[in-house]
This record gives sequence, C-alpha cells and structure tokens, in this order.
Amino acid sequence: MTWIPEVASNLASKVDGLLILITLLSLVFFILITVVLVYFAIKYRRKREDEETPYITGNEPLEIIWTVIPSILLIILFVYGYVVFKDMRTPPEDALEVTVEGKQWLWTFDYYNGKKTINELYVQHNRPVRLVMEAPDVLHSFFVPAFRVKQDLVPGRYTQLWFTPTKIGTFDIFCAEYCGTGHSAMLGKVIVLSPEAYEIWEKGVKADEGAGVASLPPAELGEKIYKEKGCNACHSVDGSVLVGPSFKGIFGHAAVMQDGSSVNVDENYIKQSIIEPQAHVVKGFQPVMPSFKGILSDEEVTALVAYIKTLK
Amino acid sequence: MANHTIAHNVYVPFLEKKGILSWILSTDHKRIGIMYLISISFFFLVAGVFALLLRYELLTPASDFVQPHTYNVLFTLHGSIMVFFFIVPGLAASFGNFLIPLMIGAPDVAFPKLNLGSYWIYLLGTVIVLIALAKPADTGWTFYTPYSATTDTDVVLITFGVFVLGFSSILTGLNFIVTIHKMRAPGMTWHRLPLFIWASYATAVLQLLATPVVGITLLLLITERTLGVGFFDPAKGGDPVLFQNFFWFYSHPAVYIMIIPAMGVISEIIPVFARKPIFGYKAIAYSSLGIAFISFLVWAHHMFTSGISDLAATIFSFLTFLVAIPTAIKVFNWTATLYKGSIHLHSAMLYALAFVFLFTIGGLTGLFLGALAADIHLHDTYFVVAHMHYVMIGGTVMGFFGALHFWYPKWFGRMFNETVAKIAWFLIFIGFNVTFFPQFFMGIQGMPRRYATYPAEFESLMALSTYGSWILGLGIFIMTINLIAGLINGEKAPQNPYGSLSLEWQVPSPPPLENFEEIPHVTDWTYGYGKKK
Ligand code: HEC
Ligand SMILES: [Cu+2]
Ligand SMILES: [Cu+2]
Repeated sequence: MTWIPEVASNLASKVDGLLILITLLSLVFFILITVVLVYFAIKYRRKREDEETPYITGNEPLEIIWTVIPSILLIILFVYGYVVFKDMRTPPEDALEVTVEGKQWLWTFDYYNGKKTINELYVQHNRPVRLVMEAPDVLHSFFVPAFRVKQDLVPGRYTQLWFTPTKIGTFDIFCAEYCGTGHSAMLGKVIVLSPEAYEIWEKGVKADEGAGVASLPPAELGEKIYKEKGCNACHSVDGSVLVGPSFKGIFGHAAVMQDGSSVNVDENYIKQSIIEPQAHVVKGFQPVMPSFKGILSDEEVTALVAYIKTLK
Repeated sequence: MANHTIAHNVYVPFLEKKGILSWILSTDHKRIGIMYLISISFFFLVAGVFALLLRYELLTPASDFVQPHTYNVLFTLHGSIMVFFFIVPGLAASFGNFLIPLMIGAPDVAFPKLNLGSYWIYLLGTVIVLIALAKPADTGWTFYTPYSATTDTDVVLITFGVFVLGFSSILTGLNFIVTIHKMRAPGMTWHRLPLFIWASYATAVLQLLATPVVGITLLLLITERTLGVGFFDPAKGGDPVLFQNFFWFYSHPAVYIMIIPAMGVISEIIPVFARKPIFGYKAIAYSSLGIAFISFLVWAHHMFTSGISDLAATIFSFLTFLVAIPTAIKVFNWTATLYKGSIHLHSAMLYALAFVFLFTIGGLTGLFLGALAADIHLHDTYFVVAHMHYVMIGGTVMGFFGALHFWYPKWFGRMFNETVAKIAWFLIFIGFNVTFFPQFFMGIQGMPRRYATYPAEFESLMALSTYGSWILGLGIFIMTINLIAGLINGEKAPQNPYGSLSLEWQVPSPPPLENFEEIPHVTDWTYGYGKKK
C-alpha cells in the first residue's frame, strides 16, 4: 500500500495536491528542527562543570524572519485548502441526485427512478453525483476515502456531498462519525459502473449479477445478501453478540422474547423477523432492527432463511 | 538573582508533619499540590490501562477480545478520564500549586482555603464519576448529541461529575490569577517572572473564562436527558450541531489549558540544563497570552464536516492557521536557547527535548487538519487520533514527566535513580512513536476512528501500534517504580542540584512550611545564565 490511498474521483487528485504540499513543507520544517536540535545537543554537550556560556537573550532580525516566513507559508496553505474546499462544496448543475439515509447502522440509497438499495451505492463512471443525506436517529458521516469526500449526516437537516467517480470499481464507504454499538459495522460500497453496465442496472437487473446470481444455490445467495444488505452489521455468524443476536445455531431452537414468552425459530419466524422485526423482540436486545419490507424480495428472504439454517 | 538569607536553625520542611488530617485539612499549597499530583497520576495510570486494553482489542480486525459495546465504553472511559481527570487539571493544579508561590516569592497562594476547597470539589467530581462506572457511558469523551441524549448508558452521572470538576478548575484559575497579580515578591516585575508563571497565568485565564461554557453545555445535556427539554433535538426545534458549537467553544481552549503549562515547564528546564538565558523571553511570554486569546476563536475547526456554513468553515480555517504562528515561534525559541550552551542531558532535559521534537510533529500535522480540503479527508480518522496524541502525550505528558523529574528533588528532598530514569525515557520515547506514528498512515488511508472492528488491510499497522503501546506501557511502569523507589530510599537532595537561578531553588529541599524565611527581594530576571557580574 502506498501512503496515499487510491485516487478514484475528480476531487481526489486535488486534495492529494494539497496533502503533498503540506507534507513537503512539514518535512522541511521537521528536518530543520530535528537536525538543529540534535546537532546542538551533541556539539554543546557539557564537558566541564565550570564551562562559560554566552549571555544571549534574543536576536530581533532572526525572530522577525522566523515569524514572517512561516506566516507567508501558512497563508498559502490556507488559500490552497480553501480553493479545493470551494470545489468540493459546489456540485455541478447536472449532477445526478441520490437520496441517502444513514440510520443505525445501515446506509439506504434512493434513486430518481424509484430504485432503492442498501449499503451499495450504484453510480456511473464520469458522471457527477450529488448525495442529499439525512439521518433520522443520530449523527453519522458518509466517508469514501478513495474519493476524499466526507460529510456528516445530521438529524433535522439535509446535508449534501458530490463527486464524479473517475475509476470503475468498488470502493469502501465508512461511517466516520461515532454512532453507537454498530458504528464500525456501518460499512458500504460505492459501485462505479461503466455507462453500459449502469444502463442495464437502471433497467432493473443488477449489473454485477446477471445470470450468475440466479443460479446460485439459496444458502450461498443468502450468505451474499447477509453481507451485502448489512445484516452483518448487527448479527454475527460465529456466536458473538453484536447489536442483535448471533445467527449461529438459532434455527430449530426456542428464542425467548422480551415479554418472557418463547417462540420456536422456524422459517416463518425468521421471515417475520426480517419483514416485521418489531413483532417479536428478543429478550436482552433493543428494538432497533430496521424492516426490510420492500427492500428484499421474497426469493431473497427465502435465501436468507436457507442460509441461517446452515449455521449450526 | 536574589539577595536573601535562610536561617537554618528554624528550618522545618513542609513534609514534616505526619498523619492523614495534616494532609486533608492542609491549606499549604505544596501539600495540596501533592494531593493533586497523586490523584491525577492515579487517574493517568487508570486511563492508561484502558488504553492498553483497547489497543489489545485492536490487535486483530475482529472483535475477539471484547464486544463492540465494551470497546466503545473503553474508549469513552479512556478519553474522558484522561481529559477531565488527568490532563485538564494536570500540570496546572499539581505543579502550578507547588511552584507558583515559590517562583514568585510568596508564602502561599492568595486564597489558601479556597485552594483546599478546589481540591475537595475535584475529589467530589471523581467520586461521582466513579459511581457512574456502574453503567458506564459509551458516548466518547465528546458526548455528542443526539447519541448521548438517547443511549441507555449512564450519561447523566458522568457529565454531572465533569460539571462538578469544572468548578474546581474555575476556582483554581481565579486563585492563581489573583496570586500572580498580588503576591509577587518586591522587585519581581512581570518581565522578570519565570515563563512557567506566564504560562500558568494564561492557563488560569482560560480556565476562568472557558470552563463555565462546558458546564452550561453539560447541564443542558442533563436537562435534555432528564426533563426532555429539546435543546439539541430537532424534533423539538433544537439542533444537534449547537451542542458541538458549545462543546468545542470550551474544549478547544481546553486544549491550550492542557498544553500551555507544559510549554511553561519546557521554558524552565531548557535554560537550566543549557546554562543559557531563554531565547526570546518576551516572544514566549506574550505568545502564551496570544495563543490563549486566539484559542477562543477557532473552535469550529472540529466541525468542518458537521454541516456548518462554508463561510464559517473558511473563517475558522484562517484563524486556526493564526494559532500556528505563536506555536512555531516557541519551538524556534527553545531550539535557539541551546545554541552555544553547556548542555547537560539530565533525564528532565531529555523529556524537554522529546517535547520539542514530538510537539513539532504534533504541530505540523495540525496544518493538515487546519487546511479545509485536507481536513475533509482526514477528519474523524486515525490521523486525528495520532495528531492529538502527539500534542497531548508528545507535548503535555512529556512536559509532565519532565516536570516530575526536574522538580522531584525540590518537592520531596530526595533523588531518584538517574540511570533507570534514562532507560524509562528511552522506552517511552520509542514506544510512543511506534504506537502513534503508524496511525498517521492509517488515517491518510481512511481508517476511521472509534472502530471496534476494522478492515483487514489495516491489520499490520494496527498490530504495530499495539506492540508500541506495550513498550510505552513498560516505560511508564519503570518510570513510576523508579520515582516511587526514590521516595523511599533515594539519596538526600541538595538545595540546588542543577544550579538554577529561579527562586524555588534558593530554599532548602523540601521547602520549609512558609517557603521563605524572609520574603526575598528580587533584583534581576530568572534567566541570567552566563551574565557577567
Ligand atoms: C441495525 C441492526 C440490525 C440489522 C442491520 C439487522 N438486524 Fe436483525 N435484529 C436486530 C436486533 C437488535 C434483533 C433482536 C431484537 C428483535 O428481535 O427485534 C434482531 C433480530 C433478528 C432476528 C431474530 C433472531 C433471534 O435470535 O430470534 C432475525 C432472524 C434477524 N434479526 C434477521 C436479520 C436479517 C436477515 C438482517 C439483514 C437483512 C438483519 N436482521 C439486519 C438488529 C438488526
Ligand atoms: Cu457511525
Ligand atoms: Cu480544537
């Protein structure tokens, strides 16, 4: 890994220019101070107890120089930072708009054509996108390192962010503002498609799936959905407790509900848990699971059920 | 520097009286200083253990040592205890108390009883927070709303504890300001004062003016949680970003409450061990005040991604760069003081040099965060974690350790083992850099902070950072043992082992009860090293 992350948006290279300039200036000052410090510390080491030292209390020209030069450099950095920032804050008129909802601990994306995806943002190569973001619960922050963009989502107001993806591929989305237990699992991907692939995706078929996915066995499809739709933010498959109960070994056993009743975990229970999570709340957990009604198709829910069954 | 005589026949060291009551009811600034020193050191070690635990969790990407919620609790406790219990009261309360009267030639602070009261308030605050540990908060030390208003952990009690602590800070600040104005010995003019006094003065002003704001903020949060008033709740017409504005209005100046006293310490140590006058006395003295003033006007640089207006972001970025200038000047001045000196690398001096080196890194990496577009990328990543630790450990804690080693003989009348002190210094220096330097790279790569689990590509840097924390922990452990051992069986310390010209070294070690047999008459400044008589 290089010290600067992958460059995948129009803004990234501009930010990198600034990062590199500051790094170089910092290195110059750092090396200067270190060399002088170490040199003095060695050269003027006390050799005898009664050494004489000169009485120097200051040097005005020197002090003026080391005030003025850094001041000028700092102003340059400020202006550079501002110019790139201005760019970041000014989306082009023709940018495609996507609505983003960040909610503990999932990203939901709503597109202009009524499509909705979870934790996966589909965008088109070289086409500017403007994200209009809101959060119903607490603060979150939408961060894509490869694009060098970050913006907090603030309850009670819309915030926005834009970029033009300049590289086809898949890039990490991190939630950068602490938002509770599942914060580090609030991850997503930006999927940058070529114009052709994007057109296919727009029409309904998922570009990266096509025929391949339909032929996946249900349990494998379920595992894929488990990871892609963000179930893994709250449910583990190895028995550890995250925000929700682990899926390990739940199938066929009784689950104890908040009201003390106990329910057998079967296909219907799992399906209901996904579509209407608040119908039964498992004891010891908060009723925070979002409903996946309208987001997951029937086949997808069935695939999830099949997957959970395999977790012995 | 001063003509005064000490009558040895009546010398009673302030440590003479024994018994618990002679401590907890003492109004002697030196004893109060020791009580603060013990308390803050205790909390430093406790919060340090939390740090080791959370770094241990981060050894691997999965959450396999503790659950994510526990991890969140750990970083909340680590941050809030370090900040509010150790580093904010820190040097100001411990060494400030001990040194201010001694350095200005006064028998005590202006209001000794109030001083003891401040300590008791501090203790009350810590007790409240300890009770809150029954259901510890998971909000992070910043207590951001709305999360802090909704999480079902005990936020009210811990914020109330911090609220109470605030009073201690305000009263101490007030006490020091009055002391420095009114209690200086005859002839101790402002421009003869040791720079530690200037630093303490600037700090005290910040404490007095900024702390009430965080107090009110936390009170608002408490009313929001208990009475359901919606100051920060958009559903009730409030605004979560308002909390951030309030919070940083205090907490940015607080950064300087934490660092300025350490700058004062460094300005004392370097001249003594270089046997040179401090270079650019006035520049250092007034830049402390300058920094204190500007620090009130930069708070929103923590909020460039929070949804504040572009204009506000631009103005705050500009003001942030302004703070960099007085800070840079100080670094140049300390370095220049070494020129043609007679340098003795005592352990205290090693800490001072480590300060200059590490604080320079902390300061320079601040430039990345002050520049708008760069901050957008780096904000809330490990870059910020690394930067703030370079300033807080590399700066303040190095200053604190330096102060401990420097004034130890004066305070306790004994010496520690210098060889062991140097070994500990070396481990701390290496361990610190191994822990935090990799974090700059992780941050630039985009690794967000406060993550209980993390993507596998960060594993090697994360593990390196964890190994570093072990070296750092070992170093601090050895240092602590060495300093405690010195108290028990250290050699007796002479009055002035390093040949300092400052007033506190002109009285016996440890100082007598009322400091000076006779109030000294000061005729020259503190830094007359090498001056021809
Ligand atoms: C925001 C966190 C979160 C997400 C994301 C989430 N869940 Fe849940 N889930 C929970 C919590 C909390 C519970 C327990 C409380 C309850 O029953 O509502 C739960 C309960 C369940 C249960 C019942 C488990 C039992 O032991 O009885 C199932 C099944 C389930 N979730 C499936 C899913 C699936 C499938 C997904 C992904 C499509 C998913 N969940 C996404 C939080 C989440
Ligand atoms: Cu988050
Ligand atoms: Cu700040």
